[in-house]
Amino acid sequence: MFAHSCMGANKKTGTAMIYIFIFLLLLPLSAFSSAFPSPATPISTEVDQMYYFIHVLSLGCGLLIVGAFILFAVLYRRKNNSQATATVHHNAWLEWTWSIIPFFIFMFMFAWGWLVYDKMRTPYKNALEIHVYGQMWNWDYVYKNGRKTAEALYVPVNTPVKLIMTSRDVIHSFYVPAFRIKQDVLPNRYTALWFKATRKGLFNIFCTEYCGTGHYSMLSKVHVMSLEDWEKWISTDPYEGLSMVEIGQKVFRGRCTACHQTTTQKMIGPGLAGIFGSVRHFEEQDSLTADENYIRESILNPSVRIVKDFPDQMTPFAGLLQEEEMTGLVEYIKSLKPEK
Amino acid sequence: MKNYLNEKTGLWSWLSTLDHKRIGLLYLFSVLTFFFIGGIFALLLRLELFTVGETIMGPEAYNQIMTLHGVMMVFMVIIPGVPAIFGNFFLPLQIGAKDVAFPRLNLLSWYLLMTGALVAIVSVVTGGVDTGWTFYTPYSIRTDNGTIWVVVGAFIMGFSSILTGLNFIVTVHKLRAPGMGFFKMPLFVWGIYSTAVIQVLATPVLAITLLLLTLERMFGIGIFDPKLGGDPVLFQHFFWFYSHPAVYIMILPAMGIVSELMATFSRNNIFGYKAIAFSSVGIALVSFFVWGHHMFVSGQSDAANFLFSIITMLVGVPTAIKVFNWVSTMYKGSLSFETPFLYALGFIFVFLIGGMTGIVLATLALDVHVHDTYYVVAHFHYVMVGGTLFPLVGAIFYWFPKMFGKMYSELLGRTAFALIFLGFNVTFFPLFFAGTQGMPRRYYDYIKPYETLNQISTVGSWLISAGFLLVLIAIIHSLLKGKKAPDNPWDGRTLEWQTQSPPIHENFEKQPEVTRGPYER
Ligand code: HEC
Ligand SMILES: [Cu+2]
Repeated sequence: MFAHSCMGANKKTGTAMIYIFIFLLLLPLSAFSSAFPSPATPISTEVDQMYYFIHVLSLGCGLLIVGAFILFAVLYRRKNNSQATATVHHNAWLEWTWSIIPFFIFMFMFAWGWLVYDKMRTPYKNALEIHVYGQMWNWDYVYKNGRKTAEALYVPVNTPVKLIMTSRDVIHSFYVPAFRIKQDVLPNRYTALWFKATRKGLFNIFCTEYCGTGHYSMLSKVHVMSLEDWEKWISTDPYEGLSMVEIGQKVFRGRCTACHQTTTQKMIGPGLAGIFGSVRHFEEQDSLTADENYIRESILNPSVRIVKDFPDQMTPFAGLLQEEEMTGLVEYIKSLKPEK
Repeated sequence: MKNYLNEKTGLWSWLSTLDHKRIGLLYLFSVLTFFFIGGIFALLLRLELFTVGETIMGPEAYNQIMTLHGVMMVFMVIIPGVPAIFGNFFLPLQIGAKDVAFPRLNLLSWYLLMTGALVAIVSVVTGGVDTGWTFYTPYSIRTDNGTIWVVVGAFIMGFSSILTGLNFIVTVHKLRAPGMGFFKMPLFVWGIYSTAVIQVLATPVLAITLLLLTLERMFGIGIFDPKLGGDPVLFQHFFWFYSHPAVYIMILPAMGIVSELMATFSRNNIFGYKAIAFSSVGIALVSFFVWGHHMFVSGQSDAANFLFSIITMLVGVPTAIKVFNWVSTMYKGSLSFETPFLYALGFIFVFLIGGMTGIVLATLALDVHVHDTYYVVAHFHYVMVGGTLFPLVGAIFYWFPKMFGKMYSELLGRTAFALIFLGFNVTFFPLFFAGTQGMPRRYYDYIKPYETLNQISTVGSWLISAGFLLVLIAIIHSLLKGKKAPDNPWDGRTLEWQTQSPPIHENFEKQPEVTRGPYER
């Protein structure tokens, strides 16, 4: 009948299964080479230990189970069509054992996970408080003394920090992989995060709640500096001694790079190089030559004129920029020349 | 020889059929079509992610295709997949019935699915939907109007799901053959039955949620939008109250198939029949109380997180039991490695990885780090593709001889499996690392350090597609050139193997009577 035509192939399939087994063995091992961004907070180390523990345990259990089925596959391969089979229906002792052992493993993982989580969620006393605002598609930060920045989240090293976060539009999520922390940022209330960075440096911030076209470009950095440097930073006028163009560039890096490039390349919005003085075409079929006032209006109330072939998605910056920053931006955009 | 395929002919005889087997094939055809479209979307997404920066499309196109891929694969492929195709075709056969309890309702369900799908596809034409398949508010309230269409489509498809579930519950209760007690039912029937319960209880919640969303969008009634005084997180609770159990709508019937395959190709009694049956029902019940594990960082209270984490861990237990039982079924069996059995074994391997990474995600402190990263993407593809699609394809090969009366080519079948299995792991395994390193999901573009992992993954996606193409070729080849199939090619014990291949119009020449357990030899 049909079964005997593939007896030979059964052996090959058996060998193939052994390859599968080796495959299982190798893949997770590679995990250890580069799994995490290196930890930069005390909690990170605890999270990593737990992570490795459960993955090694899973690997062990996985090997046992896959090992068993490969062993069975080899031992009980059908050799002839009349081969008798056992009639084991069940085995209460065995079944209880393999129900109870996973139960305890899972409860153990739950408890450990909860303990570390609880630590993450317990506020540090006397933490430095910083307000974080999310909006499509950038983050900006406001300090207690009124200092605002969108360039990066500046914090001192070895100091507990509390972030008080809210969104100006849809839901976003604030994620710092190197700190192993994440929290959704909601439009109708505050949520909070705590951390204490133990290393100086720059660490990525990602938005991890889908928020539209520019979700992927809603990036920022935590800039961890020494306490002295940070104190100097927070107490000096951010724009002191800078030229107008330099001020504009600073603001641009914090607020505009999610949607604009400084070349002629388009992203979510048009590339801004060379637009000053050129003829702009709009969705309403009209056009004009870009002067200072056009640029100013484009930034404050972008919906007034929508550039042709682009969506009406730019954040209106009215109320979000100081006059000095506004002028800086205009001058900066004027200075952007198309690359030859 | 007369059978259900040649009894009547012509397109209309199919479109107006009340025969559960023909309706099963209608579903088979439509679901496979959706699957191929959804698959092409997936290939495009992976291709775009091949390099940093723009590879083949811009961010808007990417987000729309990502949404369509998700919506199609979830609502049009894996939710209707196993229950609607194989539940329809084999549930009545396996319990020795002539048809399902309500044949007309059954046909209506198919038309509802098609209508819903059509409406959703209209969204592609009327302008893009870029919310992701989860439609989170308030973003989904603000973005383009196409969203309404997709939501209305999902709403209609939900009714298809509810009616199918209802039909199956009544069928199982009322139409079993004489002598078939509940504990003499095949495990596939148990899987379908547990699923049907979830479909009937959970889908209405989705329907209500989607309705509220539509009302909010159309008439500005404040429910989820904070601008109107609503609460966006409420939407997430509603949504996951359905969508978490929906994961089990996808997986329970697939597990039923795996039980059938393990027993048949091991020529053995299934190990721990009652444990498998009860664990299906157990999973179905507990699944209603774990939705909050999708929301550990949404701002819900720590107390809620505590409860959702511990209950989620509990789901692990019946799941583990099933795996142990399947492996034990091989013990002292007589194993033969035809294509369907390979899919069952592949399932166990892949499902183990999916399940264990599920435990990682249920562990609060770990979830905070990997939530909404590619770790989650990898996890749910392991569970949904590995857990649902592998058994589904396995079932196509297993029951092909019964459905069409033709044998398929083992060579094609096995090669396709090897490609799919390999390609699947190459595509999704690296994504666990990308996620652990912090790469967020739903990103059109990523930073340089993630590039290598993404490239490996994209190459994997080509392997899988080659595999699925080969499955298609195997099917066509067999329909055209396949040898005639015997009534019982695999020496299976369940009732569907006791009628001819393909079965006659009302399944059995004379009413079968059941005197022994489903897998007894
Ligand atoms: C959320 C994405 C986004 C952000 C952030 C953004 N823009 Fe725009 N911008 C756009 C889009 C889209 C357009 C084109 C549609 C329009 O005219 O509104 C545009 C248009 C413009 C234009 C007109 C360009 C032309 O071709 O005539 C200027 C000037 C401009 N933006 C400056 C800025 C500046 C300066 C910032 C930072 C303070 C900024 N934008 C931030 C999306 C954005
Ligand atoms: Cu966001």
